[in-house]
Amino acid sequence: MRTFKKNFSLTLLALPGIALLFIFDYVPLYGLLLPFKDYKYDLGIWNSPWVGFDNFQFLFKGDVIQRVLRNTLLYNLTFIALGTMISVTFALMLREISKRFVKVYQTVLFIPYFISWVVAGFAFRALLDMEYGVLNKGLEMFGIGPVMWYNEPKYWPFILIIGAVWKGLGYGAVIYYAALMGVDSEYYEAARIDGAGKLRQAISISIPIIKPIIIMMVILQIGKIFYSDFGLFYNVTLNSSSLYSTTDVIDTFVYRSLVDMGDIGMAGAAGFFQSTVGFTLVILTNYIVRKINRENSLF
Amino acid sequence: MMAPRLSNTRSPSKLSTWIIHGIFIVVCIACLYPFLVIIGTSFQNETDILLSGYSILPKQFDLTAYQVILHNPGVLLNAYVVTIFTTLVGTVAGLWITTSFAFTISRKDYAYRKQLSFFVFFTMLFQGGLVPSYILMVSWLDLKNNLLALILPFLITGWHVLLMRGFLQTLPDALFESAKIDGATEFTIFTRIVLPLSKPALATLGLFLVLQYWNDWWLTLLYIDHEDKMKLQYLLIRVLRNMEFLNSAEAIQYGLVKPGQQVPSLSARMAMCILAAGPMLVIFPFFQRYFVQGLTVGSVKG
Repeated sequence: MRTFKKNFSLTLLALPGIALLFIFDYVPLYGLLLPFKDYKYDLGIWNSPWVGFDNFQFLFKGDVIQRVLRNTLLYNLTFIALGTMISVTFALMLREISKRFVKVYQTVLFIPYFISWVVAGFAFRALLDMEYGVLNKGLEMFGIGPVMWYNEPKYWPFILIIGAVWKGLGYGAVIYYAALMGVDSEYYEAARIDGAGKLRQAISISIPIIKPIIIMMVILQIGKIFYSDFGLFYNVTLNSSSLYSTTDVIDTFVYRSLVDMGDIGMAGAAGFFQSTVGFTLVILTNYIVRKINRENSLF
Repeated sequence: MMAPRLSNTRSPSKLSTWIIHGIFIVVCIACLYPFLVIIGTSFQNETDILLSGYSILPKQFDLTAYQVILHNPGVLLNAYVVTIFTTLVGTVAGLWITTSFAFTISRKDYAYRKQLSFFVFFTMLFQGGLVPSYILMVSWLDLKNNLLALILPFLITGWHVLLMRGFLQTLPDALFESAKIDGATEFTIFTRIVLPLSKPALATLGLFLVLQYWNDWWLTLLYIDHEDKMKLQYLLIRVLRNMEFLNSAEAIQYGLVKPGQQVPSLSARMAMCILAAGPMLVIFPFFQRYFVQGLTVGSVKG
């Protein structure tokens, strides 16, 4: 009680934050009961009848879940691998040029990061619009086309990957570049005197030094491997249902189930799966990293 | 082999530098090009678009699209007001709430520091997801079509708290101790000492919040049906989706365009995008420095 009193004024200062986190992050955890219930609005969560695993059975029997799971995983694995590689490469390249240019390039690469996915949707539509888009007009000159971008699922893995890399590049490159800037330049000088070329220096000095940050970023992304950037899959694709075979991910599926179909049980089951598996994955990845090298683990 | 001058680490082969510049220039063009097409198209004449598609350089400079939209700017203005209001309130409140919380858990003499740090860290690892949050907002808090629904959910996030804590931990403890000896309350210490010293960090976090609120369409999509409470970005979704939106009965009903008026929808759509997104796109590069600062502070393990 004395400690409580002594710390009371600081606790009071933090109270708005505590309350908001409690309401918006902890209270919803109660809703994780939802998929085990046949939810009725008028009865509330607790009083709705229990249905056991019915919602999950229903979810996993459907053919949509396979599609969305596959899409979510494949996209995220690609984003993690490709995004990390490209960001690190660009950070390494930024290191090789003078500060003046770094600033200019950084500013431009950041533009896609500053805009919303809605505006990004406009940007993509300016290029891909089937009648007036720059791409189809260009192809027309070569006698090709028009390509029905927004009706043909097969193009979308490429478009979405380009979109994600395009929007995230500025952010990724800057994080790694900042880490590289902290490196003592003596390392590089010593390597140079020993006759190490630029590539050698990058592989033997730069990458080992930013390795902890790369690992941290990857762990964080693995924890989110069942989550997707809803804006990318919803706005850039114009939510076009003819593309769903390659653009539908768990998040868009949950959203549709909830808002368009009002199927709370199914949406809840998919969300429950996302939360629990995601949580397990972060803990697991972190545990493995910790086993290998304690220093690199996140917690 | 002796290096001519040791401190000059940047004397690589000319060729590789040129290649690097070449790559960056290509990527920079890829970043800018789509926006230039949007800008160009917004000034294009409708018939030119029908004939030759979107392009950066308008054949003839045409302001019709802007005239049509600005002739009856009610809905656009309203969306602006909603967006600016939620952004202002959300940013100011978010700054206060996040910083005060982060300050408390950054204090080494605070007894519940560990517990509260875990309390916030856990929210980053485990979330209830969309459905429980939706039910919370709609049936428990009854915030459907309430402006609070556009503000409350983003006020405090784990990532922002850790970012702020990382900064506040660099302030020396002696500062608070001596203030306490002088009889200052925690509240005074926070408002008189901590906040003024945290200006750079507040600027960074403020920018994160502004960007988050300004670019938000998700909360409108979920919680708002009333036209008078819709945010800019959400209005843009409708315009983007439906090519003929500006000529639809819905747009007339919203008062976006006047009945009987034929809207040059192709260029007007792009003009809408410029009017809605343009200001931020112009302003933000100037604040990029703070942004980069924040990102790099956040990437340090805390």
